[in-house]
Parts: sequence; structure tokens; C-alpha cells
Amino acid sequence: MATSISRRGRRAGHSRLPYLLVLPAILLLLLFVVAPGGYALFLSFQQRKVGGGLLGSGSRTVFAGLDNYSTVIHDTELWHSLLRMLLVGAITVPATVLLALLFALLLDTARARLTRFARLAIFLPYAVPGVIATLLWGFLYLPATSPIGGQHLDYFGSSMVYVSVANIAVWGAVGFNMVVMYTSLRALPPEIYEAARIDGASELQIALRVKVALIRPAIAMCTLFTVLAALQLFNEPNTLQPLSNAISLTWVPLMKIYTDAFVDSDIHLAAATSVVFAAGILAVSVVVGRLAQTWWGAAGAAGKEGR
Amino acid sequence: MTIDTPTRPIASPVTVARTGRPRRSRTALLPTAVLLLGAVYCLVPTLWILIASTKSRSELFSTATYLPSFGSGLVDNIADLSSYDSGVFWHWMLNSFLYAGVGGFVATAVSAATGYAIAKYRFRGRSLLFNTILAGVLLPQVVLAVPQYLLLARVGITDSYAAVILPQLFNPYGIYLCRIYAAASVPDSLLDAGRMDGASEWRMFSAIGLRLMAPGLITVFLLQFIVIWNNFLLPFVMVTSDDKFPLTVGLYSLLRHGANQASLYSLVITGTLLSVIPVIALFLSLQRYWRIDLVTGGLK
Repeated sequence: MATSISRRGRRAGHSRLPYLLVLPAILLLLLFVVAPGGYALFLSFQQRKVGGGLLGSGSRTVFAGLDNYSTVIHDTELWHSLLRMLLVGAITVPATVLLALLFALLLDTARARLTRFARLAIFLPYAVPGVIATLLWGFLYLPATSPIGGQHLDYFGSSMVYVSVANIAVWGAVGFNMVVMYTSLRALPPEIYEAARIDGASELQIALRVKVALIRPAIAMCTLFTVLAALQLFNEPNTLQPLSNAISLTWVPLMKIYTDAFVDSDIHLAAATSVVFAAGILAVSVVVGRLAQTWWGAAGAAGKEGR
Repeated sequence: MTIDTPTRPIASPVTVARTGRPRRSRTALLPTAVLLLGAVYCLVPTLWILIASTKSRSELFSTATYLPSFGSGLVDNIADLSSYDSGVFWHWMLNSFLYAGVGGFVATAVSAATGYAIAKYRFRGRSLLFNTILAGVLLPQVVLAVPQYLLLARVGITDSYAAVILPQLFNPYGIYLCRIYAAASVPDSLLDAGRMDGASEWRMFSAIGLRLMAPGLITVFLLQFIVIWNNFLLPFVMVTSDDKFPLTVGLYSLLRHGANQASLYSLVITGTLLSVIPVIALFLSLQRYWRIDLVTGGLK
């Protein structure tokens, strides 16, 4: 691929077309990624001061230096929201990836039945928006309507609520990851298992030792996507919030940013928190991407195409 | 390949050998049972909402949860929902299709053009652009929602259809997929032949490139359609008038109003059911066109 580009590239280089083709993407990138980021950075260095002294009441916007960032760093509620997000993520990431892998391996088992039905059924929640999924599960959790024992088990209890939130996220994500892994499994030539079979390996041993090793890139990719999704946790707790006392308005970082901006109307603090949070997410996802790549030899999002 | 992957031909005589039959059928039982458990886990919430939506308001809290009601509950609930706030629910449904359809289509066109250019041309700034896009894959768009709101509020175009669609047109993952797909499916020899025949570069993109990339573009479209359809935070911050809500924001606002009024639960339940149906239908009807193998960038 690389050679073909360079060989032909020179001739096509006279054309203006490539620049025209990438122009819309560059404009969108500048307008809706770079500009909002820059504007948030700009706002984060300002503060609203309630004017005293000569002008009396009213407020004005002043340069605040790093004051907002200092507030963000010392905001214990933000750190707590981060912890809660990590706690939910500690359930969702392994549960999603392992369940998806389990189902993918089972679908690939030679003598499993009803696989077509199971595949579709497990995949369907992917088409259900997180908010809608939360409404569905919310009614299953709610004591007044619960068909799964919400009358006896408090799904909104202070520690159970982590499991309840994580469950909704897992429910929505397992199917997509399962199909990605299953597709990788189907792409493997069946002859690969011959040698193992002749050596007397059981189906279980082949699944765990051969298949899992061969689809490591897909597993790494799914892990990266699931981690990214876990860091953006918002829809599920935000939708459950009206139903549950255990979920505060600042339960996870994105809810905290939303509350700062729209409930407390402090856009400068919200901007600073957004900047810190975005930088943190970018850092984490780069690290996870790299780890996935080195550990699993991933051809993931940040993988081979970047070279 | 597709979700509906064709069954692999029986691999080898070893697997079909009929020796030790009892043991083999026992091992096949467990995988099937576990898969069925998974299917039940995934279907139960949807089935329950289907049953719950057949119940009238009073039945919802009084009858056995897994028994549907065969009265006029469902019809009444749909009628109630349709008349709620002069039919705003159907507005939300249309808005969701508008946001996801238009946004998905334009985002796919932008991704196709960019991916094709990066894969098939060598131009200045190409690798800088591609690396920036890769970084964009790792920076979730949701994190940008509040900054995007702050900027658009400054310009004064929040609470409009454009405010929801425009920020979702740049889809770094789609560009990444289109680049791989263009590299794999559009042969350079074909483009060279076109050049010999004097075809313009634009014509080669529109007539050859786009056509050969079509299966990948359908996947990119569906992925972005689902992302926009499922998006909540962006429309939630951008839109304040309820006739511009998508379904996600609309049903959420209905739940918020209804949190203290159990009478609105029936509406939320029915609305949730009706909102799930179209996308599932879309998925089932398009599943043969949709190539998941592209998601991992793996191509043969």
C-alpha cells in the first residue's frame, strides 16, 4: 500500500483534488473540535466577579489565571465523581469484554444450537440508546414495577447502584463486542485447529489456548473501545438520577461538568473541568491504546495504519 | 463478515466422527444453554416493556408483571402518548430520524472524501492530518459537548437543528475506516488506467472510488447513524425547545416530569417501546449490508 502511494503519488500531486476532498473534514475539525477546545481553554482562565465598590452590584468577567484550575484540583466532589466512574468502569470493562469473548467462543462452537437466534438477541441492545436502555432497566429496578425482585432487593441502594448502573452499560455493549470478536473468529481458517485436534486437544482447550490467542487484536480493540465508553459514563446515571436517591447530580465527571455549567451557571469552572477531563481521557486512552498494542499486538485504532 | 455470518462448512472429518456420541452431545448442551441465557438477559427488558405497555395505568402497578393485559391498554397508551402535549412524541421520533439520517449521510460523505484522499494521494500535510484524526478517535466527542455548546451559544445558534447536526459531522473513526477501505478496495491500477484515458481526478473519485467503497460506506453510515441516534448529551445541552428534541432527550424529559407522577409512567413505557422498534427494524433489514469485519480494520 505504502509503495503504491509513493509510486503514483507524484503524478497525482499536480491535482488540487486531494486538498478539496479533505477540506470539509478540516473545516469541521477546526470549527467543532479545535475551536470549542480553544474557547473552553480561553474561558477557563476567566472568572465572573460580582462587582463591588464603585459600580455596586452586577458582575464582570476578569482574567483569573489558574484560579479555576486550582478550584478543580481541590474539588473533592470532582475526585469522588472520578472514583465512582472508575468503580463502575472496573465492573463494566472486564464484564463486557469477558462476556463478549465467552459468547463469541460459544457461537463458534461446532455443535452449539440456536446460534443465529442468540447472536441476534444479544446484539439487539446495541440499537437501543443508552438513555432508553436506562429507562427499560429503570422500570425493572423500580420497586413499584420491578419484575426482578426490586421489592426485596434495593437496586438503588448506595453500593448496589454501582452494579445497577454497570449492568445497563454491559447490557448495551456486550453484543457489539461479541460480533466483532465472533467475526474475527470466523475469519480464521479452520485448518488451524487441525493440529490441535490431532494432538487430542478438547474443544475447550482449543477455544482457550488457540482461538483466544489468534483473535487478540480484536480483543484489544474491544477493550480500548470499552474503556473509552466507560470514561464517558453519563447517560445511565443521569437518567437514573430522578429515580434514585443514591445518585447525586454530580455522580460522575460529565454530570459534574453539566451541573457546573447549567445548574450553577459557572461556565468558567465547567470549562476548566472540561479541559482537565478531556486531557485526562486523551492521556488514558493513548496509554491504553499503547498497552493494548504492545501486549496484544493489536491492529487497533492507533495501530498499524498510523505508521 | 455480516452479523449473519454464513455457517462454516464442516471443518474436518475428525469433528464429524460419530464416535463417543454421548459425550459430544453433552458438551454441546452447555454452550447452547449459556447462549440462551445470554439471549434471555438481552431480551427480557424489551419483552417486559412490551408487556408493560399493554397495561393501563392502574393495571401497571396491580397485575402480575409478566402477564400481558389483553384489554385496550396498548391502544389507549399509544393514543395517550400521541395526544400528550399535542403529539410531541412523534415530533421527537421524526427529529431523531432527521438528526441521525442527515448527520449520518453527510458524515459518511465527508469521511469517504477524506479517507479516499489520504489513501490514494500523497499531498502536503497528509500525515499530520491523519495523525490528528487518529487522536480524534481517542478523544470521545461527548467530552466536547459542553465546550461546543459554550462556543455555539457565543455565536447564538444553539437550540436549532444545525446545533445538533453540525458537531456530529466530523467522525474521525469513520475517516479512519474509509481510509483503510479505500486502500483495500480501490486498486491503483484502475485509477492509473482512468488517468491514461483522460478521466479527471474528480470523476475517478466519484465514479470509481465511491462505487468500489460502497459496502464500507454503508457500514460507516450505520455506525454513525447509531452514534447520533443514541447520542444524548449533545442534544441535551444544545436544544431547549421540546419540539426539537430527539427521542432520547424527549423521553428523558418525560421521565423527569413523571418522576413524581406515577401516571406518566405508562407514557414513558409506551414511548420507550415505540422508540426501540424502528431502529431494530432498520438493523434487521440492513444486516446483510453491514460488514462488521471492517470495524477492526481487518480486511481480506
